[in-house]
Amino acid sequence: MGMTIIEKIFARKAGLDRVSPGETVVVDVDMTVLIDLQFATMWMEPLRIHDPDKLAIVMDHAVPAPTIRDAAGGPHARKFAKEFGIERFYDVGRHGICHQVIAENGLARPGEVLACTDSHTCAAGAYNTAARGLGPAEVYSIMCTGSTWFQIAPTIRYQLGGVKPDTVSGKDIFLHIANEYGDAANLNLEFGGPGLASIPMHDRRTIATQGAEVSADFSTFEPDQVLTSFLDDRGVAEYRSAAPDSDAEYQDVRRVDLAALEPYVARPGTVSRNGLPVSQVEKQKIDQAFIGSCANGQLEDLEIAADILRGNTVAPGVRLLVTPASQAVYREAMRLGYLQAIADAGAVITNSTCGACFGYHMGVVGPGEVCLTSSTRNFTGRMGSTEAKIFMASPATVAASALTGYITDARSVTA
Amino acid sequence: MTLTITGKVWVFGDDLNTDAMYPAFAMKMDPPEAARHVFYEVRPGWTDEVSAGDIVLAGRNFGVGSSRPVAALFSELGVAGLVAEEFNSLFFRNAVNAGLPAMALPEATTIFSEGDTGTFDLSSGDWRNETTEKSGSVAKLPDLILDIISSGGVLPRLAAQGFLPAELGEVLRSSTVAIRGAGSGA
Repeated sequence: MGMTIIEKIFARKAGLDRVSPGETVVVDVDMTVLIDLQFATMWMEPLRIHDPDKLAIVMDHAVPAPTIRDAAGGPHARKFAKEFGIERFYDVGRHGICHQVIAENGLARPGEVLACTDSHTCAAGAYNTAARGLGPAEVYSIMCTGSTWFQIAPTIRYQLGGVKPDTVSGKDIFLHIANEYGDAANLNLEFGGPGLASIPMHDRRTIATQGAEVSADFSTFEPDQVLTSFLDDRGVAEYRSAAPDSDAEYQDVRRVDLAALEPYVARPGTVSRNGLPVSQVEKQKIDQAFIGSCANGQLEDLEIAADILRGNTVAPGVRLLVTPASQAVYREAMRLGYLQAIADAGAVITNSTCGACFGYHMGVVGPGEVCLTSSTRNFTGRMGSTEAKIFMASPATVAASALTGYITDARSVTA
Repeated sequence: MTLTITGKVWVFGDDLNTDAMYPAFAMKMDPPEAARHVFYEVRPGWTDEVSAGDIVLAGRNFGVGSSRPVAALFSELGVAGLVAEEFNSLFFRNAVNAGLPAMALPEATTIFSEGDTGTFDLSSGDWRNETTEKSGSVAKLPDLILDIISSGGVLPRLAAQGFLPAELGEVLRSSTVAIRGAGSGA
């Protein structure tokens, strides 16, 4: 009997011939990423750490600091990075949302294990990496010891067929899957099949990121030529990717015909069994539109938004917020003119940070307001008031909706 | 730290997410104040009713969402442990790493009613509803996970292993110190 991607990675890392669901393994972690929130207030500096070369620090969730509490974390992080010789320190100015910074700098490598506190660490599954959110205390522990444990969960295989239409994004694919199949707690998601070639890397990362929204453990993609090219461009080499065996055992195999998909919207509260095609949404007015986050603040997302917004004007009464996922994305989007087109349309472009996605600062929504977001999560109260409604859709849908003032199918605007 | 907990059970439903237990605005507060906002929307006033030693029991997909250390807020409130029909695995890890006993018990919300007294022994997997006298058992957790819980979480272990000053060992069993020391997630 063969192994899934996750089983194969953990079997290799644990030095075993095979691992199966239900087993617990202890493995060395290849890259551990600390975020700014871990350094706030009473940061305790460790006496020693495992390996500074296997550690990165990314200032992302609350930068530049919106509170004194957050501001206190910066000096802790800088002192720690200096004292322990941590070269991969992405301080404010060369920062970004950690999952974007991880991707840009080749910190997530195929077939390897990556740890970070944040729940959307599963994003790196797009790069065939076993990555997941582990919580602040555990990441602190891995920073010290270099290893941790995992319980191997059963895997659901998404077997993708057909060719993805240009008007359908990774967000739409994910929202379709979340609506169709619901939660996957204590299960891994695996994506592959002949349709994968038509899904670009940025869309794969959106899908992998949002595995957390259906409560999954790991969310990983098969390695292919598209991934190889992406990694070549970033100087990532000498890795050993993990393809699933043809006789791997899955809890379920779900076939998705990409050609049959259309843009999707999730209703407020959850993405799980709570979506519908945008073409079926009744006229829904919006107050705030948001394009950003680790899921959809990528350069390609900003390009899509700029193409829709260019030469148009955001509807009266609507505020459109756009947050590039990293400083690198910001600079490139500026160089390519995307930010000019977006700002000319009347959008507010913010500095790179997690910001509005988790309702912490910049773009908090008020009671009675409706937000359409392309970020990660639409829980009640996630982006501010519990009396606000958060719908979720792709950057294209959000941009088109910002122009009309109500949830709009981008195909009707760009056609 | 004991692996057996006995206490009054508070029953919650399915799909309780981390934002319902630890909203973003509470992340700007010190842990004792942040803990006053657990379930602020789904059950306002609950934090005034819960007593030290009580047990929180929920349905399926308990704790879906972010990595913010909710378990530490439960410890702050004196909650003795968590029981759920199904845990989100990140939420479960946060409980283990904070030294907060957690047991997955299918049908938990059918077996227990609010106000019942329950006993849950993680070292054996045995559970008992002291009120209805119904009992049973679930699969025992791996020893390495039980070791972390009984150590009071990962931070006291790190002190014992020489990664943190040894004199902090006992202090690190305090959730307030631990949550500040290792920081937060989101």
